[in-house]
Amino acid sequence: MMNDKNSQKIVDIIQNWARKHSIWVLAYGTGCGAIEIPPTMTSRYDAERLGVRGAATPRQADVLLITGYLTVKTMKRVIRVYEQMQDPKYVIGFGSCTINGGMYYDSYNTIKVLDKYLPVDVYINGCMPRPEAVLSGFAQLQKRIAEGRANGAQQYKDNLEWYRANQKKIIPNWIMPEYNW
Amino acid sequence: METVLMDILGAVVTFLVAFVVGMTYGGLSRKITARVQNRKGPPWYQNFIDAFKLGFKKSAIHHGVMHHLGGAFLMVSSVMTLMIVPVLSHNNWFPNLNFQGDLIFLLYIMTFGPLGMALGAGQTGNPNSAIGVTRGLSQMVGFEIPWVLALVALMIQYHTTSITGLMAAQAHSGTWLMFSSPFAFIAAVMAMLGMFRYSPFDIVGAPTELASGPVSENGGKYLFVMMSSGSVFTFAKLTLYVDLFMGGADNLLILLVKTFALYLIPMLYGMTTPRYRTEQAVRWFWGWPSFFGLLAILQAVIF
Repeated sequence: MMNDKNSQKIVDIIQNWARKHSIWVLAYGTGCGAIEIPPTMTSRYDAERLGVRGAATPRQADVLLITGYLTVKTMKRVIRVYEQMQDPKYVIGFGSCTINGGMYYDSYNTIKVLDKYLPVDVYINGCMPRPEAVLSGFAQLQKRIAEGRANGAQQYKDNLEWYRANQKKIIPNWIMPEYNW
Repeated sequence: METVLMDILGAVVTFLVAFVVGMTYGGLSRKITARVQNRKGPPWYQNFIDAFKLGFKKSAIHHGVMHHLGGAFLMVSSVMTLMIVPVLSHNNWFPNLNFQGDLIFLLYIMTFGPLGMALGAGQTGNPNSAIGVTRGLSQMVGFEIPWVLALVALMIQYHTTSITGLMAAQAHSGTWLMFSSPFAFIAAVMAMLGMFRYSPFDIVGAPTELASGPVSENGGKYLFVMMSSGSVFTFAKLTLYVDLFMGGADNLLILLVKTFALYLIPMLYGMTTPRYRTEQAVRWFWGWPSFFGLLAILQAVIF
């Protein structure tokens, strides 16, 4: 007889397989990185063959793709978008700007390290990363999903206070709905 | 008692066949679109994976009761349509609730789903949903005119308002209705372009413009229900067209060949044409399609 733990493991494997092969991306075109998304999706690189396709709204999306630098002003919108997404959800930080600020490292109104504000599952480095790099990032995410290690959303829930404190530090007028999920 | 059980079992089998075939057609359409655009495209079973994933997503959205019921209305409408349309000509496995006048009932029930969805989308409070619903209902006003004209022409010509009656008329005369009343067929096929909401009539969902329109607040399980309802409805509509104009089908293989041939029309037309605006779409339906519908009525009355 199978015990509950093992059957849960099998269910997880099947679910993760489906999640891995059906990634709906909400491309949040914050910076110049948005220009690399059309070639990734169209004939030349064709991300749809991997099951990657665009989602229209945060409600339908699995992956939030932050393409480039984030200003303090857009940060607020990105947080709202992320919190409207439904579990399981993942974040991909795209380009050097999301890792260490990139060429905006000394700017007064961009954030430097995205991971302090949202839980990033996969980073794609480069300025700009080419479509090959983007596809390799998606492949990395698929690998992490299959292994069950893409649990950024759970981290966000567990350490919500820490993330909130960081977010409120850069967004002074915090008028946001409280989500209780 | 046993016949009732068999009927229920048959209804479940009908639903499953409709679900699988509709989903597969959706996947094939994605694949064919990709090949036309010189891409490799997703595998044909991609829609099943998507549906499976959506079904296992968590949902923490609450906009009100009507929002929860919107998808259910769609599903009810699709399943009702499916149950009334005869799937195969002579078969015990696919029962249908056929009765005199079901063609008129079908006209009503086919608009019931979108109306229920409109209520559900209205309660989400998303402006994109509201615009999408308005566009959808305008478009429906557009394509219902040639569609109803075509059906009324058939009803006048063959003095029957039941689908099985029309199928019997075709079996009796030996020619398909698409040849014996060609104008009605042309009008109905042109109306079908609007019914399937492929480009250029994808003004309801309108990706990148309306953010998927009425379903923009629905993710996860809601989207799963809507996706499966859409697949079932696709199968039901295609089967209805085959029954009405192509003499029905004796076995499942012939049905698949005929329905897929019909399904290629909106799909391939969509690949060559960009999206219309709402008023252009409505004007299109009230132009040539309605003209052919009127010709069909004239043919039915005079001959």
